[in-house]
Amino acid sequence: MSELLFWFISAFTIISALIVVLNNQLLYSAIALLFTLFGVAGLYIYLWADFIAGVQLLVYIGGINVLIIFGIMLTNRISSVRLSQTNIQQGVGGVFALWVFIFIGLIISKTEWYQMTSAEPSSTVREIGTLLMTKYLLPFEAASVLLLGALIGAAILSREAN
Amino acid sequence: MTVDYIFDSLNQLLPELAGSSLFLIISMLLPIALLLGFITIYGFGVIYSEIKVSSFIQDKTGPMGQGPGLHAGKWGLLQPVADGLKLFIKEDIIPASADRPLFILAPFLIFIGALTSFIAVPFGEKIIITDMNIGIFYIVGMGSLAVIALILAGWSSNNKWALYGGMRSAAQIISYEIPAGISLVAVIMIASSLSMQEIIAYQSGGITNWIIFDNPFMPIVFIIFFISTLAETNRTPFDLPESESELVAGFVTEYSGTRYAIFFLSEYANMFVVSAVSATAFFGGWQSPVDGFLDSPAWSVFWMISKTFFLVFVMIWIRWTVPRLRVDQLMHMCWKVFIPIGLFNVFGVAIWTILRG
Repeated sequence: MSELLFWFISAFTIISALIVVLNNQLLYSAIALLFTLFGVAGLYIYLWADFIAGVQLLVYIGGINVLIIFGIMLTNRISSVRLSQTNIQQGVGGVFALWVFIFIGLIISKTEWYQMTSAEPSSTVREIGTLLMTKYLLPFEAASVLLLGALIGAAILSREAN
Repeated sequence: MTVDYIFDSLNQLLPELAGSSLFLIISMLLPIALLLGFITIYGFGVIYSEIKVSSFIQDKTGPMGQGPGLHAGKWGLLQPVADGLKLFIKEDIIPASADRPLFILAPFLIFIGALTSFIAVPFGEKIIITDMNIGIFYIVGMGSLAVIALILAGWSSNNKWALYGGMRSAAQIISYEIPAGISLVAVIMIASSLSMQEIIAYQSGGITNWIIFDNPFMPIVFIIFFISTLAETNRTPFDLPESESELVAGFVTEYSGTRYAIFFLSEYANMFVVSAVSATAFFGGWQSPVDGFLDSPAWSVFWMISKTFFLVFVMIWIRWTVPRLRVDQLMHMCWKVFIPIGLFNVFGVAIWTILRG
């Protein structure tokens, strides 16, 4: 049952990801991306990473996907329903994608994967919080300073010069 | 929790079929069916109270004609049923120039967002579909589905009013997610858990242990959270996305019949979810206000439902009392008032929690 659900979520993710790249209507691609991100959140739950799944929902679906849809609507003529994208250089892109696929496949098959010895963790949030505040405090602070810089930079750039 | 419970009791009931996939599917689908039933009944109740409360606030009688009793009833109890039936019988119009797939998808997306949020809502001490570790975080995340649904509804209608409504709602919901999230951070710091049941368990032992009375910052945090949830559910004074004096009906302008009814029901379902989150995060959830008074699993459902319904009632009360804001006032209030105060509150609560040890 659990395995069946896993295959269903994987198929759901891959099919909607294919729609993202193969569809020629830009907005449909953005909506298909929503379902792809949803599927990825489901896969995270299978990896016992429930907090990451929640972050996926909040950041990617609530933030990034909304921004993408906003971007499409604001940069095109929003009054016309038909917006289209075309895939140019399909051959070159296909060869490159195949190469990346084989490369990643080789890495996956050759890596010695760490097997989880203990039972599944009851709550990952507490451990993530503790580690972020102790062992990984410096990267965490560096990332937050970077984000703050980006925020201020965006505010300055988008401000009208007066 | 409930899924496991149904699964176990089914296994005990029919031991020869124990552990079969059929039972697992039933125990997953049964709570969803119950939830749909609950949302429908709650929808009728809340729409009736919206009509009646608005009428009483405006010094009118409200619906009188429909319902049982002499002279076709005095209270008009069946008015929402009649409204619902009317909406379901009406012709379902899809405009010729609309983007058909997205136009059809949008109402379902908003309803899925509302329905899946209910999974983490604790209805009582023993009644919660899944008590996940990240419950409160999950509900906040699922709320963002509504944004996409509203943009899609506004855009796919191919109507200027609808588009304006969709854009306004997206800007509004994204902005007000931040003060709501910051307020919940303060709650999470105090309860030190993201699970809905653990947040409630932290507040056991009477009204003085409720998080809203935990420290002097929390009433302000609650007020910011409550106003932000009003904005997130598009309720007056924040109903700019569908302000009828400017935008006809905003993002629902082109919707009719069943699809309109789904939008309507989702708004009320979302009101229940955000009120349940308020009740959980600030008012002790299903805990009794007095320690040991009416304190059993059955009464816990009563406490949770009455706290949530009271907050829903306050939302209705505000809707018929306060005039609508302008767009610039809305944004000013969020970014220049609520977020600085919210950040200050988080800082204050953090220091308070550290000093208390």
